Amino acid sequence: MLVHLNRFPAVRHLLAAAAAAAFVSIPAVAQETMKLGLVAAMSGQSAKSGEAIVRGLSIAIDEVNAKGGLLGKKVELVVRDDESNPAKGAVAARELVQREKVAALFGGLDTPVSIAIVPFANSSKIPFMGVWAAGTPITRNGAAENYVFRVSAVDELVDRALVDYSVAKYAAKKPGMILINNPWGESNEKGLKAALAAKNIPYAGIEKFETNDVDVVPQLARLKGAGADVLYLVANVAPSSQVVKSLDRMGWNVPIVSHWGPAGGRFSELAGPSASKVHFIQTYSFSGKLSQKGEAVLAALKKKYPEIKTLADVTPAVGIANAYDAMHLTVLAIAKAGSTDGAKVRQAFYAIDSYDGLIKTYTRPFSPENQDALGEKDYIFTHFVDGAILPLTQ
Amino acid sequence: MSGLCLGSMYGLIALGFHMTYVVSKTVNFSQGSSVMLGAVLGYTFAVRLGWPPPIAFAGALVLCALFGLLVERTLVRPFAARGSNAWLMATVAGGIVLDNVVLFTFGKEPRSFPSVLAVKPIEVFGTGVYPLQLLIPAVGIGIAAILAALMRRTRRGKALLAVVQNTDAAKLMGINVARTIAVTYALSTALAGLAGLLIAPLFSVHSDMGTLFGIKAFAVAILGGITSASGVMLAGLLYGVSEAMVTALLGSSYTQIVMFSVVIAALALMPNGLFGRAPVKKV
Repeated sequence: MLVHLNRFPAVRHLLAAAAAAAFVSIPAVAQETMKLGLVAAMSGQSAKSGEAIVRGLSIAIDEVNAKGGLLGKKVELVVRDDESNPAKGAVAARELVQREKVAALFGGLDTPVSIAIVPFANSSKIPFMGVWAAGTPITRNGAAENYVFRVSAVDELVDRALVDYSVAKYAAKKPGMILINNPWGESNEKGLKAALAAKNIPYAGIEKFETNDVDVVPQLARLKGAGADVLYLVANVAPSSQVVKSLDRMGWNVPIVSHWGPAGGRFSELAGPSASKVHFIQTYSFSGKLSQKGEAVLAALKKKYPEIKTLADVTPAVGIANAYDAMHLTVLAIAKAGSTDGAKVRQAFYAIDSYDGLIKTYTRPFSPENQDALGEKDYIFTHFVDGAILPLTQ
Repeated sequence: MSGLCLGSMYGLIALGFHMTYVVSKTVNFSQGSSVMLGAVLGYTFAVRLGWPPPIAFAGALVLCALFGLLVERTLVRPFAARGSNAWLMATVAGGIVLDNVVLFTFGKEPRSFPSVLAVKPIEVFGTGVYPLQLLIPAVGIGIAAILAALMRRTRRGKALLAVVQNTDAAKLMGINVARTIAVTYALSTALAGLAGLLIAPLFSVHSDMGTLFGIKAFAVAILGGITSASGVMLAGLLYGVSEAMVTALLGSSYTQIVMFSVVIAALALMPNGLFGRAPVKKV
């Protein structure tokens, strides 16, 4: 995909510029604003994720501005497209900090892009808030002074949750792994192996497949032959649906416990009726009975973005919800610090007592030992029913 | 079984490489994009516009053929006429342009192309397959056979062969060489489009779905000895089946490594491909 995105830089730059211009022009007020930056995929196959993040952040910013803004200024979001390309993301982060003077950065879906930004954020003492990318080393980066925080899933914890779920729900004794052949699949291979080893559960096998593989039957047949009783699936929407279709052809009805890849698009349509068999992890769902806050955010979303009509349109919900809570936590930290000085804001993140958020009520969400606000207990399992993501009960 | 299905896909696309190569010593590197074009147009006509399938598919194939004519006229002929090899880069570029045009018009999200032939699996030799997976090899082999017959039996086919053997002599005999070459380009992209239509229900329709097919099909074309139609088809089947076997026996991590190493080894040992003939150099 990286190759793909590079094919047409000129057009993409134009689009990115247009997108950025559109966002920049929103609060056209003469007074000075408090700028916050976002570096995310706004074009290419992951563009939907960037759109969701912008929506979540914008709804939170509207709430903050309605209450008088932050440190006496209106908050303004400045968006840059990273095209899912780590080099472009790093340049964009630098530009936002040095030219736009943003007080904090928010990150997007791609783990490699976030990892490219982490050293810059730490060395220039700019708080960098992850709202999607789940790669474990983003927040656990080994820096003495760590400026990277996150409100999202963490691969290592997701893998433990996948194993726990498969044991609790399906009494898994010998699970098999079917993973996309890229760094994301690899990081989860490590995580899943560790999580299984901790529970003393052997695995039937580990199989990889490519994003554009049509037929995954040979890989699945190997797992079946090795006696797999549950499958762990790690891949994005389109490749995940090839796994489901291949299982259908084989007539192998095996429980599938999955990372959140399927949530990013039209999984129901691509995978067919068996899509609902895939149980995947999420941090939030707008379906079912919502909290008061959930109702309020959903109403605000529908008002601000008239194209949102049904629950199927608020996907990926994780992007919206994580971004919404992350923005509020960041605003709290900056308000508490009383300044935009990075070092002070970092300390203020640790000092946040409690925040009643969309995903949960955060109590002391950050500490120097744990810069991830969400943990294993905050994950929910969901599945697709007719295009909408519905929560499952264990 | 799934190997045969994918193998005949590779074969169909590779036949396109074969045809243009034998006639004009050029190949169309946007074949992968033509696969995608067939699937995307088929999806647009049949699913989005709701046309009856036969009309939708015929429409998609005709447009694919027109794309082939366009490629030949604008990306190959001007360069080949100058004796330049720039058509190579031009056709690659053409494919990339098409991929991106589709990305912006068709959309970024992969879509599903339902087919009645890919709903209920039937059991064959102990494994479940869709009827479509049986149809694809049948179509592939059928088309290879028809092509071979057409070449030998019909006037147009004989004209084609004449162009293959000696362009200048063919011209002197009153054969319109330029038109013959254009027709083979149209036919070859239509074949790729057909492959795209056939594979779409088993896959999903998106703008870069054809890239990998194009690369593998070119490997197949070279492997089969690009000068022999039946050799190319056979190499396609061989490639597809070996690919599935390697995955099943050694595991998927080794598939690409083993397959492409084998291709390299095969070419080192048999430089003209498995079924190709060495060109006779006349002095």
